[in-house]
Amino acid sequence: MTKQTDVVAAPAPADVVAAVHKQLGERVTVDDGGALVVGPSNLIDVVRALRDDHGLDYLANLTAVDWLDRFEVVYHLCSSAGGAPIVLKTTTDRANPRVPSLFGIYPGADFQEREVYDMFGIRFAGHPNLKRILMWEGFAGWPLRKDWREAYFEQEHKPLTSRWPDGQFFFGEDKLTDWGSNTKLPPAYTGAEIGRPKPQEGQYVVDIDALRRGTSFGSDRLVVNMGPQHPSTHGVFQMRLVLDGETVVDLEPVMGYMHRNHEKIGERNLWLGNMPFTDRLDYIAQLGSEWGYALCVERMMGLEVPERAEYIRVIMAELNRIQSHFWSIGFLLNDLGAFFTPSLYAIEEREIVLDLFEMATGSRLMCNYMRFGGVAYDLPDAFMPLVNVLVNERMERAIDEIDAYLTNNEIVMERMKGVGVLTPELAIAYSTSGPVLRGSGVAYDVRRADPYGIYDRFDWNVVTANEGDVYARYAVRIGEMRESLKILRQALPQMPAGEILGGKKAWQVRVPAGEHYARVENPRGELGYYCVSDGKANPYRYHVRSPCFVNLTSLAEMCKGYKVADVVAILGSIDIVLGEVDR
Amino acid sequence: MSVTILSPDDILTPDQLADGKTGEMGFVTTTLAKGVNWARANSVWPALFGLACCAIEMMHSQMARNDMSRFGMELMRASPRQSDLIIVAGRLSRKMAPVIRRIYDQMPEPKWVISMGDCASCGGIFNNYALVQGVDEVIPVDVYVAGCPPRPEALMYGIMKLHEKIQAEGMDSWRDRKGGLGIQVGS
Ligand code: SF4
Repeated sequence: MTKQTDVVAAPAPADVVAAVHKQLGERVTVDDGGALVVGPSNLIDVVRALRDDHGLDYLANLTAVDWLDRFEVVYHLCSSAGGAPIVLKTTTDRANPRVPSLFGIYPGADFQEREVYDMFGIRFAGHPNLKRILMWEGFAGWPLRKDWREAYFEQEHKPLTSRWPDGQFFFGEDKLTDWGSNTKLPPAYTGAEIGRPKPQEGQYVVDIDALRRGTSFGSDRLVVNMGPQHPSTHGVFQMRLVLDGETVVDLEPVMGYMHRNHEKIGERNLWLGNMPFTDRLDYIAQLGSEWGYALCVERMMGLEVPERAEYIRVIMAELNRIQSHFWSIGFLLNDLGAFFTPSLYAIEEREIVLDLFEMATGSRLMCNYMRFGGVAYDLPDAFMPLVNVLVNERMERAIDEIDAYLTNNEIVMERMKGVGVLTPELAIAYSTSGPVLRGSGVAYDVRRADPYGIYDRFDWNVVTANEGDVYARYAVRIGEMRESLKILRQALPQMPAGEILGGKKAWQVRVPAGEHYARVENPRGELGYYCVSDGKANPYRYHVRSPCFVNLTSLAEMCKGYKVADVVAILGSIDIVLGEVDR
Repeated sequence: MSVTILSPDDILTPDQLADGKTGEMGFVTTTLAKGVNWARANSVWPALFGLACCAIEMMHSQMARNDMSRFGMELMRASPRQSDLIIVAGRLSRKMAPVIRRIYDQMPEPKWVISMGDCASCGGIFNNYALVQGVDEVIPVDVYVAGCPPRPEALMYGIMKLHEKIQAEGMDSWRDRKGGLGIQVGS
């Protein structure tokens, strides 16, 4: 059922920019970096022209930069046929920041625009549900604005001095009687002035009362909260389901329960200091996350990566992909009700991969292995024999085993086939990526579409499946594990000896002023890093385009009309990692 | 018939049990508290509650290689009402803090808390406005496990320490700990 496709090459971004400039004339200008610049009033027209006339049907990334005198909203558009992204920018003033929403053109802009609103306070006119997404409603301030100061202890530079200069502090909520019986209240304090938080207007996408009126049987629509502490949500993630009986009428993902503002931390850190933080984004595919960041900064600095380091990176990233897919298949089955037995088998090989990581990097999970221009340590002697056994013997067997037990299993097929269907058009419009997009039959893999590293040297295929349901995503993952094995089998014998780190060894790198958006294919999809440098010691802007976060945009679309139990399976098939969703 | 009287400080050891098997039946006396704590310590059911990267290592401690079930913890309960221990594995954001407090309050007494990892213990590498700098600002913690993330072995060690702690407690000392109130139903 999976098929393997080759992706056709798309025109170079510079040609597209030139063609657009010719067509739209006055309305767009091209800046020094080759980005298209357009005023907010023309944005919709220009974007529509880009999508319809120039084939840029995929909104890869959307973010903003605070330049202190203005906000710049940055869009990275590309074609689902492949090719490097085109940069589109629009500016708005700081006093009343307002930009038209692209929701009508690319529904995938939904969460990304909400994130920009949450972090910068830029309003997107025409967005159907513009409210905070990562912080809670009522949070004061816009954290990623450069002039926003953290409530308790922000200082400009690391290391910070005393965290609590005035000694201890307490939380308001601890005083609430509602929050538990274990708190001692001061005499005569009732807590009445704080009270239980009231549900606010407009908290739901759907007007519940209107729904009630609309049902023919007069049965009540029910709003059910799943999560944030729920065994099937893969972490702290909440879904608000609107149910009619057991059928899902609408769904709204609520996230941010693990938000720590990775980007703000990143803008305070030194360039190299961000490397260990990237591990903690997608902590199941940690080395892929590191690679994306290293790639972005290397391209900005113009660094060459030595041959051996390139091979090591490919080996690490592909091992990572296999173990991550094992993990996700195991836990997908967990969600389907096969409690822990499939995961126990799936994770057997993962343990060995983690041993390998520990051998090479010193840590099982948080590897901190990539450096700008290479990797931190060479592979130890014991690495090669073990990885050869793993790749040539064990992995294949393990994949076959999973395949044999699950792929044609009647219960698995019953639960997964025809559930959570996403058509290819919608998958592209919602900017999904990774197995979700390829499970809908779109052969889009960043390793092919916008090649990086040395993936062009190996013989491998992009795996797709056409059905667009949970089963198709599962099948894509199985296929991808086999393709990764194929890459590993070619890369391991070819690996040359030599340098592992190009350039000068330095704690503090100088990154020339400029900006870049680099993306890699992580197991969960297109992971992008957008960095802006002003030539100083810290990144001026550091943004992570998280594949899980963007894939979640399509969750509501996939779940409508299915049952509650299917929602669990569909969420499992997107395979989110909350560390990356919330950042 | 010989009668062995053990000191109340001893708990049944495998040796003594073996004596019993050989026909040398004896009396064993101990305090009720020791018996109860022995039972409690060996069937601690943790709540299925993972926050971040540390939760991955927590799951690894459940899996075949490390197998937490060896210590009477084979069941991760998805409902706080059925669990005795909450392993806070990962960073706790301010948005999540009220939720975790509620989960903790929903657990029946006696209950214990392990704070797993640097983030849960002190904020770790994320020193900023969005995160609670240590879960002990929100719920009382019994054992802290250091590491980013702690290896499964480290978590296991923390759990053994917790067992020691449970066994050294009085039978109802948790009542003192909570000001003599325990759980108030309907508060
Ligand atoms: S202590 Fe480290 S591994 Fe654990 S949650 Fe925090 S960052 Fe992740």
